[in-house]
Amino acid sequence: MNTDALKDLLYRLADDQLILGHRNSEWNGLGPILEEDIAFSSMAQDKLGHSLQLYSLLHQLGEAEPDMVAFTRNAPQFHCAQLVELPIGEYDFSLIRHFLYDHAELLRFEALAQSSYEPLAQVARKLKGELKYHTLHANTWVKQLGSATEEAIERLQNSLNFTLPYALGLFEKTAQEEAIIADGIFVGEDAIKTRWEENITKVLNQTALEMPDLASLTPVYGGRTGQHTEYLQPLLDEMAEVFRLDPTAEW
Amino acid sequence: MYSKADIFSWLEAVKDPEIPTVSLVDLGVIRAVEVEDSGRVVVRMTPTFAGCPAMDYMRRDVEQTLRAHGVPEVQVEISLAEAWSSDMVTEKGRAGLRQHGLTPPPMLEGQVLDLDFLEYAECPRCHGHNTELRTPFGATLCRAVHYCHDCRQIFEQFKPL
Repeated sequence: MNTDALKDLLYRLADDQLILGHRNSEWNGLGPILEEDIAFSSMAQDKLGHSLQLYSLLHQLGEAEPDMVAFTRNAPQFHCAQLVELPIGEYDFSLIRHFLYDHAELLRFEALAQSSYEPLAQVARKLKGELKYHTLHANTWVKQLGSATEEAIERLQNSLNFTLPYALGLFEKTAQEEAIIADGIFVGEDAIKTRWEENITKVLNQTALEMPDLASLTPVYGGRTGQHTEYLQPLLDEMAEVFRLDPTAEW
Repeated sequence: MYSKADIFSWLEAVKDPEIPTVSLVDLGVIRAVEVEDSGRVVVRMTPTFAGCPAMDYMRRDVEQTLRAHGVPEVQVEISLAEAWSSDMVTEKGRAGLRQHGLTPPPMLEGQVLDLDFLEYAECPRCHGHNTELRTPFGATLCRAVHYCHDCRQIFEQFKPL
């Protein structure tokens, strides 16, 4: 098995979960209704738990402890897609990001449940059950608001148009793409992307929203190779503030 | 010396940190116990939700309880080999959830989880059936929030997974 390729994949998966988990936690206390406040906080907690499972796999492969990996790296060392680091913005953006991301993530972990790397397959079998709740939640709100008032539809459509190029960045391939497919670790980005497009289109077709032609969009790449937006480093600084005060503290 | 059955009966006393009427055995969190010739005990546990912050408490409670019964060495292994499912909650566990005011999860038996399946829950107070899922995300990762139109109260369900 190609360990470098495996680690590359795990870092991408884990960093996406960690960063979006932190972003979603920013809705704590700000949600448009109480249930949404709690839902975003709860999904954020799930995502942080998922990142911990994945960083633990990396630790087993010889990388540093999960807390060290999560809190001591700087932006260029992160492998997350730029999609997850953008500020939470208005609720319509956060909802659309959650919708586009979680559909991709569910497909990813459903595929990884068959991974030739058994420890990853076990984690994936665990996480995919939880991710179903996340996609159900996103679908419910996209369907409701996507066929609600003119303002709701317009806001969601604008957010969809803005967010899709970033969401395509989730499927950015790295130099290890062929190796992870050849080793049976993962089915690869193209397979996931095709099914993702089908699934989100199916939901959007039940709303007044229009799915832009994906082929005409330019994906926002770079995140997988450490190129990030100006928003990531300040987020990392804030996330790690307490940890960095005393990295050896016993809690 | 003690047997595997002794260990399981002692572990009946270890309750879920947030649901004091349900033991970790009946919650399905404790999957296996091994008693080694040296007297060392290995307990294999599986987390309900991957991000459950109570796992550390559960691990500590298991260790302390077995030590109090004279087990010299306890090793708790957290394993995902057999992913936890709400179907693993025993009948006794389900009764304990009801006692705590939580509706037990429906048995999934490998069915695909969809919203229809989640929407129904019997009200634990008035046993009404005219209920509505408000959100699958409650006060903890394992709880969903429902509303009962009969007694007009919010209630929680231990959610299916």
